[in-house]
Amino acid sequence: MMQFMEGSLAVADAVRLCRPQVISAYPITPQTHIVEALADMVANCTLDAEYITVESEFSALSACIGASAAGSRVYSATTSQGLALMFEVCFNVAGMRLPIVMTIVNRALSAPLSIWNDQQDSISLRDSGWMQLYAEDNQEATDLHYLAYRVAEDHEILLPAMVCFDGFILSHTYEPVETLSQDQVDAYLPAFRPYQRLDAADPISFGMFASPDYYMEFRYEIDRALERAKERIARAGKEFGKQFGRDYSALVEGYQLEDAETAFVAMGSLCGTVKDAIDEMRAQGKKVGLLKIRCYRPFPGPDIAKALAGVKRVAVLDKNISLGSKGAVGLEVKDALYGSGIAVYDYIVGLGGRDLKKSDIAAIAALAEKGQGDQFYGLRQEVLR
Amino acid sequence: MVDKSLELFDCGHRACGGCGPAIAARLILKGAGKDTIVVSSTGCMEVFSSPYPETAWKVPWIHSLFENAAAVASGVEASLKKQGRSEKVVIIGGDGATFDIGMLCISGAFERGHDFTYICYDNEAYMNTGIQRSGATPYAASTTTSPAGRCSTGNKRPKKDMPQILAAHGAPYVATASVSYPADFMQKVEKAVNTKGPCYIQVHAPCATGWGFEGNLTMKMGKLAVETGLCVLYEMVDGKVTRVKKVVRKPVEEYLSTQKRFRHLFKPARKDAEIAQIQAIADFNAEKYGIDIKLKKEPAK
Repeated sequence: MMQFMEGSLAVADAVRLCRPQVISAYPITPQTHIVEALADMVANCTLDAEYITVESEFSALSACIGASAAGSRVYSATTSQGLALMFEVCFNVAGMRLPIVMTIVNRALSAPLSIWNDQQDSISLRDSGWMQLYAEDNQEATDLHYLAYRVAEDHEILLPAMVCFDGFILSHTYEPVETLSQDQVDAYLPAFRPYQRLDAADPISFGMFASPDYYMEFRYEIDRALERAKERIARAGKEFGKQFGRDYSALVEGYQLEDAETAFVAMGSLCGTVKDAIDEMRAQGKKVGLLKIRCYRPFPGPDIAKALAGVKRVAVLDKNISLGSKGAVGLEVKDALYGSGIAVYDYIVGLGGRDLKKSDIAAIAALAEKGQGDQFYGLRQEVLR
Repeated sequence: MVDKSLELFDCGHRACGGCGPAIAARLILKGAGKDTIVVSSTGCMEVFSSPYPETAWKVPWIHSLFENAAAVASGVEASLKKQGRSEKVVIIGGDGATFDIGMLCISGAFERGHDFTYICYDNEAYMNTGIQRSGATPYAASTTTSPAGRCSTGNKRPKKDMPQILAAHGAPYVATASVSYPADFMQKVEKAVNTKGPCYIQVHAPCATGWGFEGNLTMKMGKLAVETGLCVLYEMVDGKVTRVKKVVRKPVEEYLSTQKRFRHLFKPARKDAEIAQIQAIADFNAEKYGIDIKLKKEPAK
């Protein structure tokens, strides 16, 4: 059913349909509308879940660990400072192979304090072992939750997943969203079947201490599972397309790439702006295209190399920066294209909610054509002394 | 009644000889029984009991991080509730995990009123990392981060009163115990796991390595702590003290002089002021909880 909905409420509705048994979350802007909506559903018996109102994000994800290990499908949502407070727990979740799904409503990190969007928060957790999916619009944001649970709980994967969507730009924006029925979701996402659980009838130990003789193999296994996840995400995305008409089998998605000379690479809501800018530039005869990265972890390097094989230059739009180095996506795209001879330029854009317009996209294309890149774009002039 | 003959904490773990916390683990599981899920914080007990691929735990057991055991247990309890399961949830954390780094998670979990029992094995310092002071380290104890020296007499502050803090959270059952009084401890564990809501037990668990005494003296050391009034054994139901172990008190010196961590109070020169200060702590405890047994033979004045 097509509905005109706020992004947060569309996500909350999708989460409800995933039938989480335990929800544990702590309020933080701009994630609040999601967790408020879920609390309301529990209060009105439209969602049959235990809702733990924890005292911090640190405890929110920690409680998810306990609930998941005890055999429940669990959910949490957070952003920015909340995710940073979860840092230690995030690594632990992946190491314990618990298929927790968490929405990240992307927001900048302090200081200075900013409640507005960039993707520094989730990007900073890229090494934690979680899958990371980025949504371009609210339709995709809802759909990726079904997909995330399905892949995370796959016994060949057993890893947590972050579904990332841009704070305010998507979370607080009304868009038409095709919602699914409970029967439809049940047909796509089977009931949670834990691989193993805390059970007095069959005692096992979770979260043990590993000596140097064993530790590396655990890390290797997580990395292998992430590698396998590429195929499982593609398969789950294809199945989703078959059942509901929206195909998410591609980890990266091209737009006007076929004959493009300059290709943008972006993640999240920015892709929509870039597509509009591309349409305008195409009308002026400029051969530009976009490669949207939907799945950032696992990183689909070979898919990216294949998709960008024909272009002359790549302009990566990074809504994050590895301070003292470069944008995280740019660095990895360079790695994916190493040896191809394709020039890759990185642009740090949109930090802390700085707006990026179609005219900016065109200006960045011009910079890339001149071979100028690896820089911040859109800074106030007074800092450029 | 739980079958206390069951050994649910297996031998072969890696604890030091005479380890008080290892005794505590064994007694906890005897008191709680086999239908128990244990959530452990990082610390000595977690490390010595779970070296992959071996485990000493014959009940389901989970360890996540140092400071989050109470939050993990909140999730376990919520999940069990949702599934209609009846296992008891028992958290076991050291004093560092409980008094210091886990305080936020503990306060939140007690306030929310989950049905679990939190047991703090109190060996009075961070022993796993090499005997650093914690909020549970007693006054004047020398640790590696509160060393006695030319201008220091060891730890500057008395122990934090965790049982009272958790009683103030509205915990229906709070108790202190000692590994040196096993029957009393097991009974308190059994009582706590069968009390609905968040319960707290703090068990004094001497550490031969950290306190500096021979491993065969663990039980004696725990007893001396109680007999001197430095460790008071009591129960609180709904915030009111209902039962206290009474003793014929011994001077604190008998306890202090047998441990390396207090050696600086006696050598090279006796530090009367500090010893008197510690005696005053014991006297205060005795007065507050009424632990003194009045000997009948005492002549009337």
